[in-house]
Amino acid sequence: MLKYLFAKNEDIPSGSSAIFFGFSAIVWFVIGTGMGSYNAAKLAFPDFVTGSELFSFGHMRQVHVMIVIFGWISMAFAMAMMYITPALGNNKLWSEKLGLWNCMLWNIGLTLGLTILWAGVTSGREYSDFPWPVDLYLASCVFIPLGINVWMTIINRRTQGIYTTNWFFAAATFMVIIVFLVGNLPEFFHLTGLTEAYLTWWFAHNVLGLWITPVAAAIAYYTIPKVTGNPLYSHRIGHLHFWSVVVFYSTPAAHHLMSAPLPEWLKSFASVEGVLILVPAIAFVSNILMTMQGKWHMFVENIEVRFTITGCLMAIPLNMQGGFQQTRAINWYIHGTGWIVAHAHLALLGFSTFLEVAAVYYGLQSIMKRKLYSITLANLHFWLLLIGFTTYWVSMTIAGLIQGAGKIYEVPYIDVVIAEHPYMIARWLGGSMVFTGNVLWLYNMWMTARKGTVVPQGRLPHELAYER
Amino acid sequence: MAGFREYKIGSKMFGIALGGSMTITLFFPSINIASVSSTDIALTKQLQMGHETGFNLDDPMMLGWNKPLGVTLKADPKTGQALASDTVVFVYKKGTSFPAGILHPRILGEGIQQLSVEQGHVGDARKEVGAVFTLSKGTYQGKQYTYIENLTATKGWTPSDVMHVAKDEDVSNAGKGKTMFVREGCWWCHTLLPEETQDWQVFGAPPMLGDFNGESPTAFGSDRKAPDLLHVGSRNSSKEWMMMHFFNPRLVQPHSIMPRFDYLWGEKDASGNKIDFVKWRAEYDEYREGKRVTPPDVPSYASDSEIRGLIDFVLSLK
Repeated sequence: MLKYLFAKNEDIPSGSSAIFFGFSAIVWFVIGTGMGSYNAAKLAFPDFVTGSELFSFGHMRQVHVMIVIFGWISMAFAMAMMYITPALGNNKLWSEKLGLWNCMLWNIGLTLGLTILWAGVTSGREYSDFPWPVDLYLASCVFIPLGINVWMTIINRRTQGIYTTNWFFAAATFMVIIVFLVGNLPEFFHLTGLTEAYLTWWFAHNVLGLWITPVAAAIAYYTIPKVTGNPLYSHRIGHLHFWSVVVFYSTPAAHHLMSAPLPEWLKSFASVEGVLILVPAIAFVSNILMTMQGKWHMFVENIEVRFTITGCLMAIPLNMQGGFQQTRAINWYIHGTGWIVAHAHLALLGFSTFLEVAAVYYGLQSIMKRKLYSITLANLHFWLLLIGFTTYWVSMTIAGLIQGAGKIYEVPYIDVVIAEHPYMIARWLGGSMVFTGNVLWLYNMWMTARKGTVVPQGRLPHELAYER
Repeated sequence: MAGFREYKIGSKMFGIALGGSMTITLFFPSINIASVSSTDIALTKQLQMGHETGFNLDDPMMLGWNKPLGVTLKADPKTGQALASDTVVFVYKKGTSFPAGILHPRILGEGIQQLSVEQGHVGDARKEVGAVFTLSKGTYQGKQYTYIENLTATKGWTPSDVMHVAKDEDVSNAGKGKTMFVREGCWWCHTLLPEETQDWQVFGAPPMLGDFNGESPTAFGSDRKAPDLLHVGSRNSSKEWMMMHFFNPRLVQPHSIMPRFDYLWGEKDASGNKIDFVKWRAEYDEYREGKRVTPPDVPSYASDSEIRGLIDFVLSLK
């Protein structure tokens, strides 16, 4: 890959930046889930590693979160954009060279940023933990170049219309830049007090609502029609999804601070707007499931479809929680408990990750024109992720309900800690399964690049999945 | 290449939708939040924490540099005469950055702003020479307010005057401690925000609207795996308990899952002897296995150690 950084753009093979992004994303996913598993072990067994500042929970918790958001999820998005955007515009990526540089600067900046974050140098703001120089770097060297590449590819498309996936890609790359620059204003200009607290959660809400959720959904709008061969069930419902994300998902940021002293009108507004995220959610899930008509056998047979549909099905409980847990009646009970931790993992590890894993599997096979090295390892990867995640989600949801009950019945806190202990062990086991699955995945994709059967011209890799 | 006419309309609609959403969620709340007046808690907090307790260029490695000291004075540092009551002053030595309320008194709120500028002379404070601040009571347009007084301007008390008479036990390093609280990630488990539930009964009243003016970062915390700390200093004010609990939480609470923060003691203890952590841990393991009757003693911390700041900060949360 590195030899292409200084090559002429037209000499770089198509898909190079997607491959670079794809493998980077998988490596970050392995590191991020490994660190998550380690953190979970610390919560279950507090004397697991002691006496070291760097390996204490408070130094590693945010590193895990930042790796999975900006290393795994965002890089998998970039990987998908690098091959899906040109495929849907019937052209080539605007600049493979920009894509390669973007990926390299991304890896370097993220590594440096995470190193200082790990050392404890932090803004002290959840989800925007990086100090402001790192935020400026991420905006200028990561998200703006990515956006330019996506927008220019769409502008130079050779089709008349723009397919649903590309609307989402174009809009989300723009919105994430706005969210990054506005959400970090407290750090750039030293805004303090409630302004700082509110903008912290404005950023946290919108980086999920205007970046992670819409791009993950956009990927499914490509994967399912492409792999099943069915056209998207309804472009109109796609419209509804797109506009309701922009209008409804960008508004309820204050629902993260329902128990903080913010203006009451803002909390009530956020509480009501939060219910409206059911509109894009139902539009998306129904559109994808209806697209599957007549091809449900692929849910069993095909690894990409299985990952994508599982992710879409997990969007149902995700949004049933997300639509109602900010209402005052429910928020009262579950706020600040493990329930929310379970919900956040349902969004990022359940829904979003499963859609991206499918896009990375599919993209790497089709760009490298190689069949998956081992379908058995891929199946094992799927089941380790699904069972590991489910173990995690169920145990954390139960732990959250215990904490909620402890909170409202005034149980001494240490009794809550004791009651949660078995669920903390289950959480660690679940997280470790996810980590193990990802190590197998990295091996499988590496071997696919090295030893995978070459896919003949004119055939799609998944058509040959069960041929020897 | 050429798109549909609808795409131009769509782009404009997109701008209106996102702009409208940002107007409602950013501009409208900013009007409300900007009009919030500081409570006494907010004034005390920002004077004690200083300019910034997250990453900033004056403390790039988050070691607690560039932070003010809280000093409880019993006597006038100039004349030596006893004061009517103990007075808490905040000492900003030469070069220490001032908090947002001194730099931009507008954020303090109606009344407090005018009193702090006109009677408190906060505008005269100079970073190059340092300043000493305290909270005073005054009247503006017939209403009583607490405001910030720059004692260096009003009484001529300089930072060195105050530090000259201050004994070590009268000095609070809570500003440095808040930096430790942020750096060590205490707020990943301990919230600073009791919830609007029966939580009040256990952890005390939730904060008021004006309790945060000038504070950065607020570090409310969101994922509570441990007791809320907003009023912890009122529940437990024992330095000895805090010391044991930070060194190894299992010494005072066998079921605690809190990490050990023994590394915040640094290399040397209060008498300047090197702390032998390996020996301590080995003896503690023997105690845990039942081979010892009592756990080893926790070393007393040096007055410039990081744990000193953190304990001062935790005890300041009244």
